[in-house]
Amino acid sequence: MPNANSASRFWLTRPFGERATQIFLGVLLAALIIVTVLHVAVPRGHALHVNAYTVNLFGKYLSYALLAVAVDLVWGYLGILSLGHGAFFAIGGYAMGMYLMRQIGDRGTYGHPVLPDFMVFLNWESLPWYWHGFDMAWFAFAMVLLAPGLLALVFGFLAFRSRVTGVYLSIITQALTFALMLAFFRNEMGFGGNNGLTDFREILGFNLRSSDTRLGLFLASGVALALGYILCRAIVTSKLGRVCVATRDAEARTRFIGYRVERFQLFVFVVSAMLAGVAGALYVPQVGIINPSEFSPLFSIEIVLWVALGGRATLYGAVIGAILVNYAKTVFTGVMPDAWLFALGALFVLVTVFLPKGVAGLLRHLRRRSSSTSPGEATA
Amino acid sequence: MRRFLFRGLWCALLLSIALGAQAQTGSSTASDEDAQALLEALDVGSYHDKGEAITAILQSDDERARDWLQALLDGRLQRTEEGRFVVVLNNIGRNWPVADALTEEPLGEMSRRDLDRIGINNALRNQLRSAIAVVDLYSPRVERRRLSAERLLGEVDGDLAGLLDTLISEEDDLQVRQRLTQALAIYQTENGELEGVETLKGSLHPRARVALNRAANGDDPIVADAARSALASIEQNLKLNRGVETLYFGLSLGSVLVLAAIGLAITFGVMGVINMAHGELIMLGAYTTWMMQQLLPGQPGLALLLSIPAGFLVAALVGIAIERGVIQFLKGRPLETLLATFGVSLILQQLVRTVISPLNRTVVTPEWMSGSLIINDALSLTLNRMVVLGFALFVFVGLMLIMRRTRLGLEVRAVTQNRAMARAMGIRATRVDILTFALGSGVAGLAGVALSQLTNVGPNLGQNYIIDSFMVVVFGGVGNLWGTLVAGLSLGVINQLLEPWAGAVLAKIIVLVFIILFIQKRPRGLFPQKGRAAEG
Repeated sequence: MPNANSASRFWLTRPFGERATQIFLGVLLAALIIVTVLHVAVPRGHALHVNAYTVNLFGKYLSYALLAVAVDLVWGYLGILSLGHGAFFAIGGYAMGMYLMRQIGDRGTYGHPVLPDFMVFLNWESLPWYWHGFDMAWFAFAMVLLAPGLLALVFGFLAFRSRVTGVYLSIITQALTFALMLAFFRNEMGFGGNNGLTDFREILGFNLRSSDTRLGLFLASGVALALGYILCRAIVTSKLGRVCVATRDAEARTRFIGYRVERFQLFVFVVSAMLAGVAGALYVPQVGIINPSEFSPLFSIEIVLWVALGGRATLYGAVIGAILVNYAKTVFTGVMPDAWLFALGALFVLVTVFLPKGVAGLLRHLRRRSSSTSPGEATA
Repeated sequence: MRRFLFRGLWCALLLSIALGAQAQTGSSTASDEDAQALLEALDVGSYHDKGEAITAILQSDDERARDWLQALLDGRLQRTEEGRFVVVLNNIGRNWPVADALTEEPLGEMSRRDLDRIGINNALRNQLRSAIAVVDLYSPRVERRRLSAERLLGEVDGDLAGLLDTLISEEDDLQVRQRLTQALAIYQTENGELEGVETLKGSLHPRARVALNRAANGDDPIVADAARSALASIEQNLKLNRGVETLYFGLSLGSVLVLAAIGLAITFGVMGVINMAHGELIMLGAYTTWMMQQLLPGQPGLALLLSIPAGFLVAALVGIAIERGVIQFLKGRPLETLLATFGVSLILQQLVRTVISPLNRTVVTPEWMSGSLIINDALSLTLNRMVVLGFALFVFVGLMLIMRRTRLGLEVRAVTQNRAMARAMGIRATRVDILTFALGSGVAGLAGVALSQLTNVGPNLGQNYIIDSFMVVVFGGVGNLWGTLVAGLSLGVINQLLEPWAGAVLAKIIVLVFIILFIQKRPRGLFPQKGRAAEG
């Protein structure tokens, strides 16, 4: 497929020539428009009306989908199984949460003009240094990208330079997120400890509780997902992406050819962490809370399952997987909360044993069967 | 004034009992009428009269006197409606088993409503305590003398001090003698005598420090100086003891880590299989212990011993099921294995939550494992941790022998190093895989049995250890049992050393960050594999 559109020169616009990207963007756009129309134009009480709660839920799924795309970028195309992407997601979320916290101003329970409620509660005198600047939206939004990016840069630099790969890397990424979880649980860290950050009121002047803002956030998540997808697609179809795939399949050989493998790994890892941060920043205003449980190793490994279920190294598969698993989670935890972990556990086993290429692989298999006339499907 | 007089009388009395007890080796037994009369005298309204009745009992030299006084002190000496005195054996519930105070015959159960307690006040309580302590010092039973001498530390007054000199010279038991000497020295120090200060120099008991502190602030400059230097040497000694204690706790934590990680060292290190359900196998071992104790009520020790093979077996069987059911299909795909076994761990956790309970279960510690080994007044080592430490070393040595000295170990190493070649030599690689995995899983079960003695047994037990276990294996060097031992013990000690100034959570974070940084420097751990196996 990528060979068919070498006509487009500029790397960022190249994905638009791809059939899969066109389909994906089309479906996403259609979904956004349909949900918006059903929410706004169809009167309340009508069978087709989509209420604010559902819009909010879809918005949450879309931010998860963006996170899954970020994980697929490193796992699918770079072969790095990160069990710590929840950490980047949570850090992005905390950056957004800090901004939203500062927006509360003096309307908190204790009515302090500057300090958030939990700091007043802990008898803190003044704002810690790292909380400064978060009252400005541009600064906070920059931090959403920079904070996870910086962590990924430092961690990735250390890890890739000393050629920690494979299972080892997975385990230390898990240790990373575990350590961060323990750290954020501490009140002394200044991030609200166990309770995290919550009780948000408005974002950029819009009331977070109004359904219009929720719709706006849903659409923003959709747009972010589309942009993230295009960016990732552009990266993997570029020459850099080819080197990444080569690294995934034969790291030593790529190195011997003369590529500085660790630089490619580091670049893609940082981009992926930033995308995860954006996903977290979109997630937090929609659920209204961020706490250390987002750092839990279970969450990070769950993200990997979304990607595995959807199909590795396809990007759109990650989106399908994230939405499927989270929809199932919503249904299950509502109907039989006890059964959810059984289902999730079984899903892990079944997907890895019986469905190694995920739903995307299944779709591709079916399509190939129905039209055996068109070979040459990308198998990456 | 009256109080003072009473006190004086009291001390004279103590002295007389002491002398009396010394004079006669066997105590006499008063007739039942006399005894009844002695007890009758207790059942009066005035506490002063009660005090005199107690004195009378002591002077009677009756051999049951101590039991009566102890029962009186505990509020267990009671009177029935018909005026009989009884000792309540166990005052829990509505009906209490009682025994006759005079004949000591059990009288069955009586309703608490039919019994009348003989009340005492705080002053009497203090008198009773020191009276019993002094009586006990003459007891033929060593344990009783030891306890009594222990209680006397810091409680000695002038009259008793005179008595102690003779007691010390006649005491056979070294421990009692030391205690009494200390008790006397504390008294002397409090009175500003240099001799006492010298004796207390080596003592670690908190009461001795209190007395020395007081002497250090006293008027006599010579005594104060001596007390200060004694305090300094005690402080030095305490620091040493605290160091030993930290080391012990560190080794104990380390032994837990070793136990949890060593099964992983086999499945991950030797076979290269990532088993994220390892923690849940530990949990199953712990639940096996609980189950055994439910099956054998009243015999926690036997149940614990039986659960060592049982825990091994349960975990090994589940391990085999995981290997056959999941892992064999994912050979050569370590990342997928990681995900699939993680799914298994979720299922096992939820299974325990659904079938048994989401709440923690209590596993009883048998008597021979509870309590602690008292080294000195500042240092006592808890026995259960010591047993677990020993057990960890035992398991380690056992595994080492299996890997080095048995046919199975040889085959496992052969398959690890070169699977194709091993198969060509006639080793059945699949069978070796199953056995290795069963062995690693079984050891996880053993870890669970040991852990049930130290922590709560709940569905999340395994989850708490899995990351730590991986850290230990990675830190020690994959495929190296020695590395796991050294890494586990040293991580335990490092953690304990950091804890006092960083707090438990921060210490854990520091250790994790340390390992993450360590892996950067030495990606293959403390003891990397060398030779062909390293290229794997």
